[in-house]
Amino acid sequence: MKTPVSHMLLVLFASFIGSFGAVFLKSGAEQVKKGWIYLFISEKAPFFNWRLACGVALFLLSSYFFVLGIRPPGELSVLYPMVSLGYIWTLLWSRIFFKEPLTRMKFFGLFLILVGVFFVGLGSN
Amino acid sequence: MSGAVTESARISENRRQPVGLVFCCTILGAAAQVLMKTGANHMAHPGLLGMATNLPLMGGYCLYGISTLLLVLALKDGELSLLYPVIALTYVWVTALSFLIFHDSINPWKLLGIVLIVTGVAVLGKGGKR
Repeated sequence: MKTPVSHMLLVLFASFIGSFGAVFLKSGAEQVKKGWIYLFISEKAPFFNWRLACGVALFLLSSYFFVLGIRPPGELSVLYPMVSLGYIWTLLWSRIFFKEPLTRMKFFGLFLILVGVFFVGLGSN
Repeated sequence: MSGAVTESARISENRRQPVGLVFCCTILGAAAQVLMKTGANHMAHPGLLGMATNLPLMGGYCLYGISTLLLVLALKDGELSLLYPVIALTYVWVTALSFLIFHDSINPWKLLGIVLIVTGVAVLGKGGKR
């Protein structure tokens, strides 16, 4: 293993803030249910859909740290699985913030995806 | 009787549509990554000006914007815990596109990974309908 710990931390951090980006996007999307115009405005101060804006900002920030992390000498076989840890954080936040049911099918599907991402990373070195 | 059938069909359609939207999202996201890679390979000037005048790079950012919009529309009706892992399909398209366009190698590990990801997404799609 020649992937520096600093690169692993960068990618872990990227996956963590990316999962919060998804949470903000979801809560911003709830407002859009009332109509397209709520993509940009909101009924309460500050009168723009700041949750969506936050979600997009966190995604951008996350991709910045991600790119820093996967630079050489970072190895994709080590780093890709860490990216997909973001899916686990998101599952957790979905349960906590949106009270979504966690079914066996969701765990099984996510498990297959995590193992799949691991192998794609392994083959990409 | 027939009312119940239409109702259940409507519900299953409502559950399936967000997954379809995220599916489109992943195709756009993969195309965006390929454009950005092309742009990065042909950087004329370094720095912000070089980025702003780099058409493939900017095209990539635009596609990411559209893909985020689709994700928001999907999240409007769908569950986050179900839809977010589906984004992993991007790995599948990126692997295929980088094989076709950049002639990156494909090996058994990547193929196995792709098969597992696709199966996982299929399981999530089924789970969404319940």
